Amino acid sequence: MVGVLALAVLWELYKLVGPADGWLVGAQEGVTGSGIRLLPRTSDQAMPHTWDMVARVIEPVTRAQGALPLGVVVLLAALTSLGVAALGWLVGVVVGFALALLMLGFRIAERAVLPFVILSQTVPLIALAPLIRNWGSRLEFGAFSWESWMSVVIIASYLAFFPVAVGALRGLQSPDAAHLDLMRSYAAGWWTTLFRLRLPASVPFLIPALRLAAANAVVGTVVAEISVGFTGGIGRLILETAVAASSDPAKPWAPILGAVLLGLVAAGFVALLAAFLSPFRRQETVA
Amino acid sequence: MSSPTPSTPAPEPTPPDTTSGATATAVADATTEAVVARGVERVFAGAKGAEVVALTGIELTVHAGEFVSLIGPSGCGKSTLLRLIADLDEPTAGEIRVFGRTAKQARIDQSYGIAFQQAGLLPWRSVAANIELPLQLHGADAATRRARVAELLDLVGLADFAKHYPDQLSGGMQQRVAIARSLAEQPRLLLMDEPFGALDEMTRERMQTELLRIRAETGAAVVFVTHSIPEAVYLSDRVVVMSPRPGRITDEIDVRLGDAADRGEDLREDAAFFAGVTAVREALHGAESAPAAGAARGVDVR
Repeated sequence: MVGVLALAVLWELYKLVGPADGWLVGAQEGVTGSGIRLLPRTSDQAMPHTWDMVARVIEPVTRAQGALPLGVVVLLAALTSLGVAALGWLVGVVVGFALALLMLGFRIAERAVLPFVILSQTVPLIALAPLIRNWGSRLEFGAFSWESWMSVVIIASYLAFFPVAVGALRGLQSPDAAHLDLMRSYAAGWWTTLFRLRLPASVPFLIPALRLAAANAVVGTVVAEISVGFTGGIGRLILETAVAASSDPAKPWAPILGAVLLGLVAAGFVALLAAFLSPFRRQETVA
Repeated sequence: MSSPTPSTPAPEPTPPDTTSGATATAVADATTEAVVARGVERVFAGAKGAEVVALTGIELTVHAGEFVSLIGPSGCGKSTLLRLIADLDEPTAGEIRVFGRTAKQARIDQSYGIAFQQAGLLPWRSVAANIELPLQLHGADAATRRARVAELLDLVGLADFAKHYPDQLSGGMQQRVAIARSLAEQPRLLLMDEPFGALDEMTRERMQTELLRIRAETGAAVVFVTHSIPEAVYLSDRVVVMSPRPGRITDEIDVRLGDAADRGEDLREDAAFFAGVTAVREALHGAESAPAAGAARGVDVR
């Protein structure tokens, strides 16, 4: 809360001090667009007052009769995106964990799969989105038909699975030799060792991975919504309101804040999960 | 995997004095001996095809209820030998039998309890939950587990700490929990790999006396790896002296300073204790000065 307030103060302070037209280096007289802008413009057009943004949130979206307040529209869109992102996160976590288990179980799989897991993250999202949309639209069996939100889920999970796969693998491999020897001396099998030793031991590695996955899922959802053309989510709303930037400069900021809120909720959810798993975060001290 | 709690009979009553401690050469019934190692060899493959002989020609018998220490400098293979007995590693030649069964079968039957230098407690489990881990893994029911855990907590003097977590305990207390855990299934053989190696001297001496008491109460045989001469002499019935490059047994010294239950702190100032220390020290130094045949590179294979 203090952070948000500080940000708002900083915003207004710069708006007060900074030159209205920004600060250009090497601009030629009378030639628009020349020179390099080193400081952003502070005009109301580019940087609306924070109170204007807040005020805009309560006003209706459009001047049409019966239009909902902008804030409500943003919240609804954020909720839709949250659902999609959560699903993407879940799919990503399941896939990531499955991959980690596979790599744990078979040394050869680690060598075969891990490079591809890393490679997968170098493919730009923008290139991927139309591809997945295209593949998806060809899928059709019976009553099932591919919806555009499913493409968004896939893309979100594509970004989310990576930290989970890597983090879970490290966590599952974290028990030291003495613990593994101990389990062996108990004649415990692979699965018993997994559930009694490796899984609990992986929690400290897993929590940051899940947090990263949540952030990735949110970013993935927002970006994928735009490139897939899924309407109703916050990503699309950002694009739609951006058009209004020149006439209604405070408007695009509302969905951006909505996206930030989305990220905060996602992070809060993982923090809740972490609190729930806190007994497993104890560390052994060697006295 | 989840074979029911070992069906082996209750610990044999083994009065330490009547067992054949001094007559190690006597041919005893193989099934009554805790550990029998015959011609055991362990060779590790080193870099570029080089071979490191960690152990060679090991002949060792540990009688039921006997306390045997393995002592020697780093790299003499004493820990390797313990791991072979525990079936955490396999010999490249020779045979190890534990209570007449193969080492592997003995491990599957849970014939031994084991404790390492690091207590190795699971940090997310309370003291009680750590002790009951082996019982839980082998399907003992909750009531049995609770009763056994209470018993063991009393035995190691940690009754008030059942709900504590390992990170709330001192090193000595953690090690006591580890010992309690190793005793959970009433094994007739206890394997200990420098369990007090990481403790300070005061705690260490106190723990040694505790171990003697526990051992007297349980009547279990103990194979104890250490590199402390006084520790070996104070605890053991027999001290097995080992030498590195290649790892082998060079001497066995009977110390047996009286019944385990009767040994107390004042024994540390007894003439017999010093005589034992001297004997072991001389055996160790004699072994070191002797030229080692076919000396391999000094690799610490602890």
